[in-house]
Amino acid sequence: MALFLTISFSSIATGIHTWLAGTMQNEMLVKITEMAIAGISLLLFLVPLCFFLGYMERKVAAFMQIRLGPNRVGPKGSLQIVADTIKLLLKEGLTPTASDKFLFNLAPMIVVVTSMLVMAPIAFAKDFQIWDLSIGVLYVSSVSSIAVIGILMAGWSSYNKYSLLGAMRSGAQIVSYELSVGLSLISIVILTGSLRMSDIVMSQENGWWIFKGHIPVLISFVIFVIASTAEINRAPFDLAEAEQELTAGFHTEYSGMKFAMFLLAEYINLFVVSAIGATLFLGGWMPFHIGHWEAFNHIMDFIPSSLWFFGKTFAIIFIIMQFRWTFPRLRVDQLLTLEWKYLLPISMVNVLFVTVMAIMGWHF
Amino acid sequence: MFLKDYFVTIYKSVGSLLKGMKVTGYYFTHPKEIQTQEYPDNRATLQMFDRFKGEVVMPHDENNEHRCTGCQACEIACPNGTIKIITKQELQPDGKKKKAIDTFVYHLELCTMCNMCVTACPSDAIKMAQTFEHSVYDKRQLKKVLNAPGSKLMEGVE
Repeated sequence: MALFLTISFSSIATGIHTWLAGTMQNEMLVKITEMAIAGISLLLFLVPLCFFLGYMERKVAAFMQIRLGPNRVGPKGSLQIVADTIKLLLKEGLTPTASDKFLFNLAPMIVVVTSMLVMAPIAFAKDFQIWDLSIGVLYVSSVSSIAVIGILMAGWSSYNKYSLLGAMRSGAQIVSYELSVGLSLISIVILTGSLRMSDIVMSQENGWWIFKGHIPVLISFVIFVIASTAEINRAPFDLAEAEQELTAGFHTEYSGMKFAMFLLAEYINLFVVSAIGATLFLGGWMPFHIGHWEAFNHIMDFIPSSLWFFGKTFAIIFIIMQFRWTFPRLRVDQLLTLEWKYLLPISMVNVLFVTVMAIMGWHF
Repeated sequence: MFLKDYFVTIYKSVGSLLKGMKVTGYYFTHPKEIQTQEYPDNRATLQMFDRFKGEVVMPHDENNEHRCTGCQACEIACPNGTIKIITKQELQPDGKKKKAIDTFVYHLELCTMCNMCVTACPSDAIKMAQTFEHSVYDKRQLKKVLNAPGSKLMEGVE
């Protein structure tokens, strides 16, 4: 047990690095091998994660609607998503005759690659991060906005009115809600004074920002959760694929594995958004610390940092899922009213409060 | 005034959203509220509702006697010809002839469970049963004769 507690993700990573540096003389070769390992392990992590999120979503939905959910394939229905994936793999990936074939086949790749790129600066555990770049928050908010190009591409190249309408709605939605997401991220950047993810996590050593930052940070956390739910096109903001009006929106014409790519990207985005929220507002992998209570902080340190990270992330994922199964979908005008008349003015005033708080040093 | 309305709107909408989340959160944390019946597994204990209408049956008592006088009111009431009654003339002990049913034919494949035959019946001879596992491989098996062989009219039913 003691041995188990001392092994962490960072020690595994360091061990692999030392071993590779010892076996290979060429430094470039070591770097390339490490990149390949990181990429493969990211894929090996993401696919089971998406299976789990799909299963979790269906079970959460069922329990909230007083149903049982999948319970036939595997114990408690846990293999249902695996069966669905096999079904999608075996299906024909149809490309419509009138569509722009190159863009049509490229769009799902862009959507998936974009959502995977955002995984890079996320700190999964203590000292365990793919790329700790100095502009982490800026990178996340800029790269995640490329996804809208993939969605617009899918809608445009499908040669289908529903796809085009869905893509246009999605474009308007993502462009507007990005402002609120950006402004709520900025409030944490102001308090931390750094865009680097590891600095942001380390700044929460004596308490998470949501507790240290008083009401302004709480408001920006709420705005972040609402706006990022809209940004990943999830209900109640799923106008882009409103199935009652637009059949399936931008992915109406997609089938088989290309459709599964969109599904995969949706769940990766859900995880990424929750992980970013957990890192900035709830301290990432940082255990629950209260100021200078050394004994209490030390007890909390015994829980592995990866567990803290995933616990916080899944708490936010659960909240976003609960949104989906509680609230009805907004109309397009209501969606834009919410952003431009409520979320954006509130978050702008909120940034002002946070700045005053940071200058006067009123936070803990 | 405008600002007051603005903040009142925000306060009220946040309140109503939280109310909705409280309801779903309650259902999520109370699995005993689940309404789903796992049908093939609970076949032994399955309880159907009284208002459920599965098929038309004719109850017989322990002496193999039914209450159908052969008045054909149900046959007239049926909107899609599900019921066909074949009558016969039965010789009474006092020498008079009396109309009685020979066969009560019921086509389940045509029945829409509208309950009009049951309401039309003046002597409560037929009723709706709660059975619902009706699927068969041959359509002819759905044509049913409701009066049991050798049954006769109950005493005192006119």
